[in-house]
Amino acid sequence: MKLEVNIGGIIMKNPVATASGTFGFGLEYAGFVDLSRLGAVVVKGTTRLPRPGNPAPRICETPAGVLNAIGLENPGVEAVVEKYLPCLKDYDVPVIINIAGDTVEDYASLASRLDGCQGVAGLEVNISCPNVKKGGMLFGSDPDSAAEVIREVRAATRLPVIAKLSPNVTSIAAVAEGVARAGADAVSLINTLLGMSIDIKSRRPALGNVMGGLSGPAVRPVAVRAVWQVYRAVGIPIMGMGGIASASDALQFIMAGASAVAVGTANFVNPRATVEVLEGIESYLLENNIRDISQLVGAAHQGI
Amino acid sequence: MYSKKLRVVKNVEVIPGHRLMGLEAHELAMAAAPGQFLHVRCSETLDPLLRRPISVCLADRERGTVYMLYRIAGKGTELLARVKKGDFVDVLGPLGRGYSLPQKGDGVAVLGGGIGIAPLYFLLECIKGIYGPDTDGVSVFLGAAAYTAIPVLDQVRAMGFSVHTATDDGSGGFKGNVVQLAEEVLGGRYPDRVYACGPLPMLKSLGQALGDHPAAEVSMEEHMACGVGACLSCICRVRAKGEEPEYAHVCKDGPVFKLRDLCLA
Ligand SMILES: Cc1cc2nc3c(=O)[nH]c(=O)nc-3n(C[C@H](O)[C@H](O)[C@H](O)COP(=O)(O)OP(=O)(O)OC[C@H]3O[C@@H](n4cnc5c(N)ncnc54)[C@H](O)[C@@H]3O)c2cc1C
Ligand SMILES: Cc1cc2nc3c(=O)[nH]c(=O)nc-3n(C[C@H](O)[C@H](O)[C@H](O)COP(=O)(O)O)c2cc1C
Ligand code: FES
Repeated sequence: MKLEVNIGGIIMKNPVATASGTFGFGLEYAGFVDLSRLGAVVVKGTTRLPRPGNPAPRICETPAGVLNAIGLENPGVEAVVEKYLPCLKDYDVPVIINIAGDTVEDYASLASRLDGCQGVAGLEVNISCPNVKKGGMLFGSDPDSAAEVIREVRAATRLPVIAKLSPNVTSIAAVAEGVARAGADAVSLINTLLGMSIDIKSRRPALGNVMGGLSGPAVRPVAVRAVWQVYRAVGIPIMGMGGIASASDALQFIMAGASAVAVGTANFVNPRATVEVLEGIESYLLENNIRDISQLVGAAHQGI
Repeated sequence: MYSKKLRVVKNVEVIPGHRLMGLEAHELAMAAAPGQFLHVRCSETLDPLLRRPISVCLADRERGTVYMLYRIAGKGTELLARVKKGDFVDVLGPLGRGYSLPQKGDGVAVLGGGIGIAPLYFLLECIKGIYGPDTDGVSVFLGAAAYTAIPVLDQVRAMGFSVHTATDDGSGGFKGNVVQLAEEVLGGRYPDRVYACGPLPMLKSLGQALGDHPAAEVSMEEHMACGVGACLSCICRVRAKGEEPEYAHVCKDGPVFKLRDLCLA
């Protein structure tokens, strides 16, 4: 059985990765999951300088989902390179760094800083974070500005570049086309959906940052739709995510056109969700006599 | 750290709206320390989705039983209340950093507001283990809205501690809050060790009363997703060196913090 997939030059031994921001730097979950079994570890969004993040409350549960407004709290790229990457080198797993910035220059500077860095397999460019005042989703909401960020990142690094797309747009396919033309090696989607909740006792927004990003099983149909549309629009590989909690969820993304998948919010509920998704995919392939996972990628498009 | 489905050996009401759940968990009972918490799945379905953090109220190492004392506060704890003896509950833990234990002979004050008694009960049990029968130097202050709303009061008394009570409505003991009560009983002279858990206003007024007390420890609450330091959602503000706010993460750096390190304003 062949599970190996190639996401824009990143060779993953199986299609299951972690979604940025939901798995820390991997080490937080190393007690539950053998990180070497994963297809890739995508770490928390990293910025040029350290960031404290948004005020509390940062999280709010919603029906079958969560709203978060973390605000990209992270120790900054230097600490990531010096402190966290070395701890991950003992694991046989590609590490993908999720990068974010306020300006196009921030993204380019992060990309060049990480170029040639030992232990970095690729970059996921977060042009879709709904929780920061500058940058983030603003770049990802328009095909031209999304393409501009990706073009600069592409020019600054030899690493594989994955553009992480926002669902908060009129046409996600158009943004995917823009970043593909600008040189992205792959796309990942979806980031969270902009949402909000109000605490009727205090009559205040439930999140400190007022609005936040919705994730978890509640968003899955939106994410599957987005993967479906992007698969029809571009030829580069897709990493699909949004509400994946089981192998059957993950298989929907693969059949919609994703070559790989990432597990996010489900890790909070079940710390072994990633490996359980992987084992479930393996059983499905076995039961259905499928020798290579790539046979399933985009399978649902046949005849449509 | 364990992630397991544990058999429920007990789930009973202790006072209205508050229940005690016992779980068969030998490894967990051995590993748990006072102040640590469990991250509990209240339902197998996707709604409610997240786990709920509940303190370890007692770990009976001999029997291999771990207890949680919980207040029915909403959707998740309501579902937990319906769990029957013999059912299984999915639990992650023990998580976080607990209280540091006193040395025999240290003067100790323990302050619990409402359900805040939950982690302190385990702490008191450990203090009893260290001190033996001579617990004169240990003062316990427990408060709630009304006397009958103080959970497990009789059990704490049965451990042999001198317990002072405060109630908002004056229905038992001092009329006022536990911090005012402790001020009055201790005459403003706090012992070497102070431990507290309770609602934020209580911790704030304790902070004002204690000033820069070097050893006072309090347990903090914040909404949590992962419980293991990965999602960065459960922040509390700590004293910062510079202009930018600095945050600690309740699930990993806490839930127990030194009071003087916190920025509760
Ligand atoms: C470290 C820690 C230890 C705790 N120990 C205990 C204990 O021993 N006994 C006990 O009764 N309670 C304890 N709590 C509070 C308990 O977690 C909440 O009462 C519980 O999560 C409420 O869930 P619910 O679904 O019933 O309420 P809902 O209001 O429906 O919950 C909605 C969401 O808000 C979160 N939430 C609501 N209130 C709190 C709160 N006070 N703290 C954190 N998250 C909250 C829930 O987890 C959930 O995600 C503790 C909290 C923390 C952080
Ligand atoms: C708490 C939290 C933090 C996140 N942080 C980031 C981040 O730093 N960078 C990023 O690109 N996406 C971030 N995301 C989005 C996820 O990577 C993912 O795209 C989204 O949650 C959808 O997947 P899920 O439903 O499986 O969680 C975060 C999501 C959550 C819930
Ligand atoms: S709950 Fe995720 S970091 Fe504390």
